[in-house]
Amino acid sequence: MTTTEYLELRDIRKEFGSFAALKGVSLAVHPGELICFLGPSGCGKTTLLRIVAGLETQSSGTVIQAGKDISRLPPMKRDYGIVFQSYALFPNLSIAENVAYGLVNRKVPRAERDARVKELLALVGLPDSGAKFPSQLSGGQQQRIAIARAIATSPGLLLLDEPLSALDARVRVRLRGEIRALQQRLGITTILVTHDQEEALSMADRIVVMKEGEIEQIGTPSEVYRSPASPFVADFVGKTNLLPARAAGGDCVLVGDQRFACGVNGVAGSSKNLKLFFRPEDVMVRNVGSATPNSAVAVVEKVEFLGGYSRLTFRMNGIDQALFADLSVNDLAEFHVKAGDTLRVAVPPDRMRVFEAA
Amino acid sequence: MSAVLPGSILRLRVHWTDRIGNALLATAGIALAVFLLAPLAMILMKSVEDKAGAFVGLANFEAYFHTPSLLHSIWNSLWVSTLVTAITIPLAFTFAYALTRSCMPFKPLLRNIALVPILAPSLLAAISFIFWFGNQGLLKAWLGGSQIYGAPGIVISMVFATFPHALMILVTALSLTDARLYEAADALGTSTLRKFWTITLPGAKYGIISAWMVVFTYALSDFGIPKVIGGNFNMLATDIFKLVIGQQDFPKGAVVAIILLLPVAVTYVVDSYVQKRQQALLSARSVPYVPKPSRAYDWAMAAFCWTLAVLMLAILGMAIYGSFVKLWPYNFSLVLDHYRLGLVDAGVIVSWFNSVKMAFWCATLGAIFIFVTAYLMEKTRGLDPMRPFVRLMAVLPMGVPGMVLGLGYIFFFVQEGNPLHFLYGSMGILVICTTVHYYTSSHLTAVTALKQIDNEFEAVSASLRVPFWRTFFKVTVPVCLPAVLDISRYLFVNAMTTVSAVVFLYSPKTTLASVAIVNLDEAGDIGPAAAMASLVVVTSAAVCVVYYFLQVWLDRRTQAWRA
Ligand SMILES: Nc1ncnc2c1ncn2[C@@H]1O[C@H](COP(=O)(O)OP(=O)(O)OP(=O)(O)O)[C@@H](O)[C@H]1O
Ligand SMILES: [Mg+2]
Repeated sequence: MTTTEYLELRDIRKEFGSFAALKGVSLAVHPGELICFLGPSGCGKTTLLRIVAGLETQSSGTVIQAGKDISRLPPMKRDYGIVFQSYALFPNLSIAENVAYGLVNRKVPRAERDARVKELLALVGLPDSGAKFPSQLSGGQQQRIAIARAIATSPGLLLLDEPLSALDARVRVRLRGEIRALQQRLGITTILVTHDQEEALSMADRIVVMKEGEIEQIGTPSEVYRSPASPFVADFVGKTNLLPARAAGGDCVLVGDQRFACGVNGVAGSSKNLKLFFRPEDVMVRNVGSATPNSAVAVVEKVEFLGGYSRLTFRMNGIDQALFADLSVNDLAEFHVKAGDTLRVAVPPDRMRVFEAA
Repeated sequence: MSAVLPGSILRLRVHWTDRIGNALLATAGIALAVFLLAPLAMILMKSVEDKAGAFVGLANFEAYFHTPSLLHSIWNSLWVSTLVTAITIPLAFTFAYALTRSCMPFKPLLRNIALVPILAPSLLAAISFIFWFGNQGLLKAWLGGSQIYGAPGIVISMVFATFPHALMILVTALSLTDARLYEAADALGTSTLRKFWTITLPGAKYGIISAWMVVFTYALSDFGIPKVIGGNFNMLATDIFKLVIGQQDFPKGAVVAIILLLPVAVTYVVDSYVQKRQQALLSARSVPYVPKPSRAYDWAMAAFCWTLAVLMLAILGMAIYGSFVKLWPYNFSLVLDHYRLGLVDAGVIVSWFNSVKMAFWCATLGAIFIFVTAYLMEKTRGLDPMRPFVRLMAVLPMGVPGMVLGLGYIFFFVQEGNPLHFLYGSMGILVICTTVHYYTSSHLTAVTALKQIDNEFEAVSASLRVPFWRTFFKVTVPVCLPAVLDISRYLFVNAMTTVSAVVFLYSPKTTLASVAIVNLDEAGDIGPAAAMASLVVVTSAAVCVVYYFLQVWLDRRTQAWRA
């Protein structure tokens, strides 16, 4: 069986005692892509990653890497580099020794090894730190060293388990870009585990959204963000308005007594119980009149300043649920919106989706 | 494609390097089974056999319970141990409280003085009290007409011997309490007494229970003290000795051993339960308590601690002083006779060499075995069915009194048919028995150190295709070296002073210092006995100094990476 996929997981299941941590996960990773496992705590991301690494044994299922069935290979026989949230740098070895750790064992000649370490340290932007010890570096620097160590032996697959979670917000954002750039430069197939949706959206080629041991959706960041496959994905990735709705004939739904037209996926057939979904940034305030489709009068409850934009919390007539809208600084300045105001808002029909409610 | 049949368990193939790890672990498990489980099983077997080896059911137990003199020992052992515990715990608690919760000066000095008894064989206190209050003691008059021999001497000597053990546990327990609780209480205007009852005591509860168990077990199973100062006062531990060595009545010895095992087993179960609870407290993030100076209180605490310290030094000092006195109580000139004539010329000094040799092997081979086994348990994978067994074997020795272990060893190794019979009477059996006897706390020290290092080192190494032993030697051992030194020192000091387990196992060629003290005392040579006890203290102290400098050297060498 030949495929062009670099890594294939087929119906991976994992039970811990009677608890099913993975309930049949199948997935293909293209060569050279960065794929993100995204999901809430305990959904089985780490378990899946560890199964790929051979650090955990699946209860059943097949793992195929580069066309070879590695389901039963011990970790030492597999081909990957791994980076943990805790960095796991050897504290008593210098940075250079840490990076060279896997090279020493492969009988790489000393001069070649030193050159490789130098090259790697330059690659991760820490060319002069070879003689230092891990404790002398910041968290972000240590994590970059851990990455250098993992890729030193040029593995075919790079596994990252929440590599940025232990870092503070600023460093995290910077390192995101650096890791992504490095990954693209090397063209190394990479799996990144994270529960941070922003991280997944900004770094991944594709995102695998997981929930309770199952895959909810696989797609590019924009697919996952714009066209979530389920209310769970919609809610987990990005800020969302999710409203209980009823089918009202044609492309229309009723939320309370407000009628909305949805242009995207139509109103799902017979079911009466639906959920209406739209993003806060899809709420318009500019050029909205009573003739604008899906427009309604909103009462602003709160305006929250968030830097580049502001988030409005508002209510609509006949809907007893708070809704959110993100307004640009310009919009806000122009419309002088403040708490207690009333204004007309609209959501374009092509930005609204409906789901069958669970 | 590997089709997995439904219901079958998927297993990874095992890499050959991991097979080596598994083989090592299996070896360790077998060693523990042979050197701990088999001897204990032998005791159970012997207790239901007659002297000729025929099965007699519970007849030995029945005979035992119809021997009033033996039965009386149970009562003696219980009340003496209870009394010792009831005295030691409050004293040690107050001392620990002063060390952790007051601003009295010289805390490190006081702490070190209080820990000195650990370096001494338990017999030392007994000998010292004979010098002070014995028939020819300096202060015999203080006792009025009563005697130090018997229960009074036993109790007071045991208090001295158990004090440091309780102190260490209680200091740890009291250091755990969260300062924020006190801050909150202060903010609410809570009285000092109320804070003590509602915060301090509950916080140290598990430590107190644990110390209680340790002291009780120690008192119940110690053999040296009742032997030397007990006179005609019989306890379970001395009964075993008399039955086995004196009367060669092995079956009855086995019965007493089992009876001794019972209360110890109870305390042991309670203790391991308590330990688990305490772990939870430990892992919680807390702010260490910093005491504030308070003149009167600090002085009172200092007075209390110095009183105890002076008493301890008086006990230790008297034994050393007695070892130099020419002829107690007639000629108090200070000479080296007891060392020169009593030990060297009499050939007893060999015992001291043997003890040092044994302690050395325990501190090296024993420490290595314990650490490597703990490593294999904590950091390697595979061989899952064996792991719970090894874990149990590692914590079991804490619940086995030395006398019982030693007795099991004779029963097991004395058999001609046993392929390990050659160990009988050798130095090897002493080293093994002592290592097993002190296994548990060494193991726990190793596990604690191993748990502190990142759990993913092994995973990273495997991903880099580096075999586990390289990471063990390059990373794990260097990082854990302080703990390994701790284990090694602990084994050395205890091997120097232990009596109970080895008293059955030494041969004429492998007599030990601590056993020599018992024998010298029995022969009425209390001067040389004191000399030997002093020699043991000095040796242990010197070795501790060596370890201290090793640690300092190590700290300096590893400073660069220990931030
Ligand atoms: N060794 C184990 N034994 C029993 N249960 C386990 C074990 N390892 C993981 N689990 C359970 O499996 C589930 C998935 O765990 P996993 O670590 O994969 O979650 P995760 O998605 O990585 O979560 P997080 O974001 O918290 O890291 C959890 O409910 C966890 O409690
Ligand atoms: Mg995880």
